[in-house]
Amino acid sequence: MNRKARFDLWTLLTLGLLILYGIFLILPMMNLLTKAVVDKETGQFTLNYFVKFFNTPYYFNTLLNSFKVTTAVTILTLIVATPLAYIFSRYEIRGKKFLQVLIILSSMSAPFIGAYSWILLLGRSGLITQIFKNTLGITIPNIYGFAGILLVLTLQLYPLIFLYVSGALKNVDNSLLEASENLGCSGVNRFFKIIIPLITPTLLAGGLLVFMRALADFGTPMLIGEGYRTFPVTIFNEFISEIGGDDGFAAAISIVAIIITMIIFLVQRYISVRKSFTMNAINKIRPKEASGIKRILIHAYSYLLVGISIMPQVYIFYTSFKNVHGTTFAPGYSFQSYTAAFDKVGRAITNTMLIPAISLVIIVFLAVLLAYISVRRPGPVSSILDSISMIPYIIPGSVIGITLLIAFNKPPMILSGTMIIMVIGLVIRRMPYTIRSTAAILQQIPMNIEEAALSLGSSKINTFYKITMPMMAAGIISGAILSWITMISELSTAILLYTARTRTLTIEIYTQIIRGNYGIAAALSTMLAVLTIISLLIFNKFSQDGDLSM
Amino acid sequence: MSVNIIIKNAVKKFGDNTVISDISLDIKDKELFTLLGPSGCGKTTLLRMIAGFNTIEGGEFFFNDKKINDMKVSTRNIGMVFQNYAIFPHYSVRQNVEFGLRNRKYSKAAIKKEADKFLKLMQIYELRDRKPEQLSGGQQQRVALARALVIKPDVLLMDEPLSNLDAKLRLEMRQVIRDIQKEVGITTVYVTHDQEEAMAISDRIAVMSNGEIQHVGAPQEIYHRPRNKFVATFIGRTNFINASYHSNEKLIKFGDFSFSAENLSVQEDCPVLLSVRPEDFIMHKEENSPLKGIVKDSFFLGLNTHQLVELNHNQQLVEIIRESSLENLLNVGEEVYLSIKNHKINIFSDDGTRNLIRKD
Ligand SMILES: Nc1ncnc2c1ncn2[C@@H]1O[C@H](COP(=O)(O)OP(=O)(O)O)[C@@H](O)[C@H]1O
Ligand SMILES: [Mg+2]
Repeated sequence: MNRKARFDLWTLLTLGLLILYGIFLILPMMNLLTKAVVDKETGQFTLNYFVKFFNTPYYFNTLLNSFKVTTAVTILTLIVATPLAYIFSRYEIRGKKFLQVLIILSSMSAPFIGAYSWILLLGRSGLITQIFKNTLGITIPNIYGFAGILLVLTLQLYPLIFLYVSGALKNVDNSLLEASENLGCSGVNRFFKIIIPLITPTLLAGGLLVFMRALADFGTPMLIGEGYRTFPVTIFNEFISEIGGDDGFAAAISIVAIIITMIIFLVQRYISVRKSFTMNAINKIRPKEASGIKRILIHAYSYLLVGISIMPQVYIFYTSFKNVHGTTFAPGYSFQSYTAAFDKVGRAITNTMLIPAISLVIIVFLAVLLAYISVRRPGPVSSILDSISMIPYIIPGSVIGITLLIAFNKPPMILSGTMIIMVIGLVIRRMPYTIRSTAAILQQIPMNIEEAALSLGSSKINTFYKITMPMMAAGIISGAILSWITMISELSTAILLYTARTRTLTIEIYTQIIRGNYGIAAALSTMLAVLTIISLLIFNKFSQDGDLSM
Repeated sequence: MSVNIIIKNAVKKFGDNTVISDISLDIKDKELFTLLGPSGCGKTTLLRMIAGFNTIEGGEFFFNDKKINDMKVSTRNIGMVFQNYAIFPHYSVRQNVEFGLRNRKYSKAAIKKEADKFLKLMQIYELRDRKPEQLSGGQQQRVALARALVIKPDVLLMDEPLSNLDAKLRLEMRQVIRDIQKEVGITTVYVTHDQEEAMAISDRIAVMSNGEIQHVGAPQEIYHRPRNKFVATFIGRTNFINASYHSNEKLIKFGDFSFSAENLSVQEDCPVLLSVRPEDFIMHKEENSPLKGIVKDSFFLGLNTHQLVELNHNQQLVEIIRESSLENLLNVGEEVYLSIKNHKINIFSDDGTRNLIRKD
């Protein structure tokens, strides 16, 4: 092919996408970096913000705190979820389908809602705390701070590992397990010697995802962390606080955060490239009946874990129907909270549908183009574009919020306070996931199908729309629904970008919790959960095998 | 160590579905014994009962006089080669081969010594530090064999070990397996659906269909004197011709053709089914046989030429194979006269369930 022939529509689109990323991601990031190293008053280059951060224990400790709790969450989710996935793939469990649905449901709500529910259950005047105190005279350990964050985020995020590992185990050939047993290695020994090494790349990838989510989570430490300050909270406070809010300093903290996540990301990549191998199972692992004590143990483990993780949502559902007196629950049941909630929501419900919906259309459109370019048109420019599009994967949501606010609160583009900036925030954050899943779908469509269409006289763009797109459709739609579910419960970016006019249900729930209107918060959470469940049902219709990938 | 495997009245059920209803076998010491049959007939199922991966719903399995029904997989001391080799991808070739020895708590020195021996025996010593991904199919196969044999198993089980290889490698590895089996001298149960492979490699073959053993015997016996119609069709190619037995004259007749048949295991007149291998027909241009036909089609395959001939008496097509030759070409449409190597004809009961020539 000659040079001229390659300069086609796809080249134009590639450039267009580069420009978009330039305007909405790269320039704002540059801007952030500048803010962090330029003194506000003098306009001189300075590292003072960084010095202040590392020299003030108050700030620096938030970083350490974040690290400690995030690492603990990551390890704990791996420890809890890997055996669960293994049990599910190797043994028959009663009500397995039902449990799987609950696992997915428990991961789908915003983490802070879990935190708030756990406060209602295990907090100072929580239900379980009271029961233990009044009937048994036992005082339950304090759940605020490190322990609370660990509890909430672990229960919230272990489903990610569960889904990842379940997927990986589908690719492990049963003959490998049999060969191992045949050579004298079975049971727990085999789990560690064969299974774990085989799924290490998956554990690393899942671990990274959990790490990034836990590190970036804003709502949970805000509600249940109390004295235990993590740095998304600090970034938020520094940026938002009306007196002495300092965006230069917030920018510097953001840069520190990005550097850290980048290092984690690179280390993970480095290890997993070394540990990976292609697997392809001819004989899939088939679940079988367990017997005796083993059967009891695996059932107990599965039901206990899933039961605990779905408890917050069940309890919120329950409290949403309780009578409320002022800000406390009163005996008796009614729709009182729902009536109050409907008075408060205003535009929140429409916003909750509208903002993610607009974002979703943009995301799907751009992600399909980007995935196509990176899979089918490999080259230097396309790989630059690919790398750029993955950057947001490692940037905490609150940092993206700040970046956008700093960049677009002055001419030539004033977007702060608009719905547009919230859409941009969601699009940027969600793009990496959608591009990846779309690229995976595309890789499964053999190239020669497109070549066949081209040979039959179809133009490139026609081929894309008539052949490629339809073949990808089911996968794209199910991916889009997952994006949708994540977006309707998004908090950490939105909390920085919203105004009264662009409040969403999630923000409204957060606000009500902060104000102590637990009844209204419960009612709103239930509404959000219903929306999520409906979306999941639709997802099930479109997904061929019901597999979830985040 | 000498091990023979005895299976008495084995039964296998998956839920309500009985896959094997009643199989008995006596597999001799150091023998390469093959389970042969079409896909889905239960070969793998039976093999996995011997290995211990499948539960046994009925019957008894013995290694010599030791009953193994309730023994755990890891204590049966079995070497197993899987269809897709099941090489551990995260271990090197050496680590794969050493895996079984490590689990048997050998000393470091013994592990190295034994592994080296089998790496060399299988000619993969040079590849010992590679990862499985960097091996070809044939090399992976060698690793699988070395790994299975290094633990000095009592019996070796192989489930379609060659089915993932290309045709040429398959021939090569077939020889490797046979050689190593004889060299190590280990009782081996081999599963395949490929009859040619089974004939080439086995001491004895059990032909299976629908979860039942149809015939157990040496390759020659199974080919020349198949016990029933199924075995005759499954092993090699054959033509079936309807005929009748005349007990007074001890003659078999069809059309104008007849030949004498002594010692059949029937007394009275009855319809029979003849099985004639394609190479047992002899074709002539001159009229020296009452069996007449017309050449309908002809395929030249190099060494042999296959011809389809329509028999005059009933318009049946038979396949005939003869060695290709330069002269003496028979063209499509030409009339031919056929004689048959009578002593090689198999005579089945009308329903094909019994071979009337056999005494069993
Ligand atoms: N784990 C199982 N569960 C239920 N049915 C099975 C299982 N394994 C095999 N079968 C059935 O048993 C029959 C024999 O299978 P198999 O032994 O694998 O055949 P072969 O190896 O001869 O091709 C088949 O009908 C198959 O569907
Ligand atoms: Mg099989």
